[in-house]
Amino acid sequence: MVMSQTKDDFEAGLSKASTQVADFSRRRGPLERVQHGLHANPTLVPVMVLLFGIAVFGLIVGERFFNAFTLTLILQQVAIVGIVGVAQTLIVLTAGIDLSVGAIMVLSSVIMGQFAVTLGIPAPIALFCGLALGTICGIVNGVLVALVRLPPFIVTLGTWFVFEAANFIYTQNQTIRAQDVEAAAPLLQFLGRTFHVGGAVFTYAVVAMVGLVLLFFYILNHTAWGRHVYAIGDDLDAARLSGIRTTKMLISVYAVAGLICGFGGWALIGRLGSISPTSGYEANIQSITAVVIGGTSLFGGRGSVIGTLIGALIVGVFAMGLRIWGTDPQWTRLTVGALIILAVAADQWIRKASA
Amino acid sequence: MIRNTPVLTGRNLQKRYGRVVAMDNSDFDLYPREILAVIGDNGAGKSTLIRAMTGAVQPDAGEIRLDGQPTTLANPQAARDLGIETVYQNLALSPALSIADNMFLGREILRGGVAGWFRMLDKPAMRKQAREQLNTLGLMTIQSIDQAVETLSGGQRQGVAVARAAAFGSKVLMLDEPTAALGVKESRKVLDLILGVRERGLPIVLISHNMPHVFEIADRIHVHRLGKRLCVVDPKKVSMSDAVALMTGAVQPTPEMMAG
Repeated sequence: MVMSQTKDDFEAGLSKASTQVADFSRRRGPLERVQHGLHANPTLVPVMVLLFGIAVFGLIVGERFFNAFTLTLILQQVAIVGIVGVAQTLIVLTAGIDLSVGAIMVLSSVIMGQFAVTLGIPAPIALFCGLALGTICGIVNGVLVALVRLPPFIVTLGTWFVFEAANFIYTQNQTIRAQDVEAAAPLLQFLGRTFHVGGAVFTYAVVAMVGLVLLFFYILNHTAWGRHVYAIGDDLDAARLSGIRTTKMLISVYAVAGLICGFGGWALIGRLGSISPTSGYEANIQSITAVVIGGTSLFGGRGSVIGTLIGALIVGVFAMGLRIWGTDPQWTRLTVGALIILAVAADQWIRKASA
Repeated sequence: MIRNTPVLTGRNLQKRYGRVVAMDNSDFDLYPREILAVIGDNGAGKSTLIRAMTGAVQPDAGEIRLDGQPTTLANPQAARDLGIETVYQNLALSPALSIADNMFLGREILRGGVAGWFRMLDKPAMRKQAREQLNTLGLMTIQSIDQAVETLSGGQRQGVAVARAAAFGSKVLMLDEPTAALGVKESRKVLDLILGVRERGLPIVLISHNMPHVFEIADRIHVHRLGKRLCVVDPKKVSMSDAVALMTGAVQPTPEMMAG
């Protein structure tokens, strides 16, 4: 392109100026190169931690850990956290946080059970009602965050208590026994059914979790809606100025998260067999843990559902490995706590890399 | 310059915020194929005027016409739908998204058929068009269209923002302080880019504090003072110090200038 001419041509000297514009690329140290590599592929850290964990426990504990049955048992154990983790990832990508995911999940499972078993409504309809209720709970969160403009932490802290209390009031703290569910609505336990592939044992919930992760990986990267999730978490004002209807978008994200939690409620029935209003109450903290260890930034706009799955697996591997090794279960909590802090520290460090 | 009908006009625009009068019967005219610079001291109300012309602020009174037709710009999206594109000072790019994603943010190209109902993206088409657009504007020094915007320099980011606006703006391109945060060389590139956009026939409104840049590329200069258009001057007939004097109220405009 021809250079335009300034009034007094005072920029004439520019043509002779150095064309290097602060080029530091040659002077990058090895550590910096790692930092930039991770910036481009943030899921790399959790993948390495997961492989490291499997390798370490494989070496220490040996056969008792490193066999198809145990490894697939880990998958079964993280299925519910993995499913709810997808919902949590969506919220965290928008720079929010959802403390009510566990409560929504349990409330949905209770509705499915009460409708199908106690009220005798056909199981598919009861299932649908549970999923619908999860979605409605999500919409409530979304409206409070996007329209009333309250901080997501406060909104979901409040709705966590509200949904949990509603659940206890509605059920009067009664559990529906597994036999009753099996007799009245076996469909509700479907995701808990197992199938064998050699020594490996899978539940349908594991398949559902992996399918859900892949589905949302695709949605987040290849649909307009998915790109907008990242955009509103990255810079809300920029997203608005780009013509994204951010209010509508945020509500839809919370609604989808609620729907996924409802789906998690179905998986929860499969896992427990019975339907208990006191189950699954730790899913909110566990899902946030998986999201954070999976490398998704709590500041929004960065991360992936694949990372969350890996994060959930890391927790599962450490929990299982330490248990088989025979340590006090508190060591698991200690390790997970340290991993959370390390993951966030790594995120902060990686975010500093630019250009 | 050909003086045909203005593309965008504002007449007697008013806006009050409580007791503060941000726009006091202000006028505005933008003609086809011109670069109109808007200058004014801090607090003169330039940004309120520009916001009114881009739908971000609703004037209390007055009339806005686009291509001679009275229009109301209810919000920035409405202005954008009518072909008025704005490059905001804070750029409105999403740093973690790629150049291609940013170019099409909010108006992605979707795949046809069933995939389109699910709003699936036509990524190859988006990449291709983004690359073409950057090429036409001579911006292909950028290595990859899939690079995250945060990895670009300030000038390159500004380039992407201008390229995006130029790609979608069919009537007017508004640039708010496009060179404010840039170095000498990067500013030069952006100015060349702006001239390139004018070559392609799009009229440009340039809001800037940088007098050398304004005098270099503007065809006319709208001087804003105390909430209204004080006068419009020709950069070839008026010096920079005269413009500053007008802007700050040190001298009064001649009747010829008042005529615009």
